[in-house]
Amino acid sequence: MSCENIETMLIAYLDGKARENERREVEAHLETCAACRTRAEEFRRVWSMLEEVPAVEPSLGFDARVRQRVAAEPRPRLFAWPVPQPRFAFAVALLLVLAVWISVTAPVPEQNLAAGNAEEFEMIQNLQVLEDYEVLANLEVLSDLPAAQQPARQQAPGKL
Amino acid sequence: MARSDVQLMLGVKRGDDESFELLLQRYRTSLVNFLYRMVRDAATAEDLAQEVFLRVYRARKKYEPSAKFTTWLFRIATNLALNALRDGRFRQLEVSADESGEDEQPVVNVADQRPSAVERMMEQDRAEFIRRAIEALPEKQRAAVLLHKYHELDYDEIARILECSESALKSLLFRAYETLREKLAPLVGESATEAQRHRES
Repeated sequence: MSCENIETMLIAYLDGKARENERREVEAHLETCAACRTRAEEFRRVWSMLEEVPAVEPSLGFDARVRQRVAAEPRPRLFAWPVPQPRFAFAVALLLVLAVWISVTAPVPEQNLAAGNAEEFEMIQNLQVLEDYEVLANLEVLSDLPAAQQPARQQAPGKL
Repeated sequence: MARSDVQLMLGVKRGDDESFELLLQRYRTSLVNFLYRMVRDAATAEDLAQEVFLRVYRARKKYEPSAKFTTWLFRIATNLALNALRDGRFRQLEVSADESGEDEQPVVNVADQRPSAVERMMEQDRAEFIRRAIEALPEKQRAAVLLHKYHELDYDEIARILECSESALKSLLFRAYETLREKLAPLVGESATEAQRHRES
């Protein structure tokens, strides 16, 4: 294996995170390559040097500023969903007013009513009971009634 | 038992302010340090760190624990830092090779074990020399080194944060450490001498 080939494996090897086969390959190369051995050793020293750089601490007001910015964020309202947008509410109100106005001012279709009445009249005319009126008028039982009740019999069709 | 990052973030999602406070305390220092080393300005680093926490808070309702929380957090931080650097707002803060202190090679005296004022100053110089070497790295290499060395994230996490493959990340890290090895050669030599002295004694 060449020096270039171990480049991608060297960092993981020094980290102890290389896979077993990679680790063996790197170790085999380091056994034979003095330049890469030196490089690996110097990488380790560089890593320990990086730890010498002191960490910085956030300023005293840092947390307060984060909290302040978070508090300024809009919070979801508990009953936000039923409250409509102003434009939507206006459109709904307008539709309701239009619906009421149309129902009040629209003319009643009289022609249709008349046609409906004629149909009903025709139906009544064709009722079986009316067809049987003559039969009823000539019933013998009626002729057996006392003479005083005869006029009533004569008026019977008018009642129907 | 301390709650995990994901548990805390799910708490934030439910509207639990205490969970957000715990996440703030857990990551405030590491975020400010990461951003400080990226943009090289303390005030800007704090502004960006605040922005990271704010974005985490804003995204709470959509949060799904599909990846590690730190991956998500440092991805936001890295993107903010890289954008800020690319905007050019902090260009004046970038370290050129001429000002990186290469000529000011610090001298370490190991003979006296007591930390005197002079030694403390020398330690500070040495730390400053190392810090400048890190800051002189290209942005992406710098981010990779910071996440790898200071925040000890796994390769797959860093690769996701920097949006590259794991093998590309390992090459990136190799080039970064190779550059640092060259820039820090005077100190590496001293360290080697120190190590040799330790072995001999």
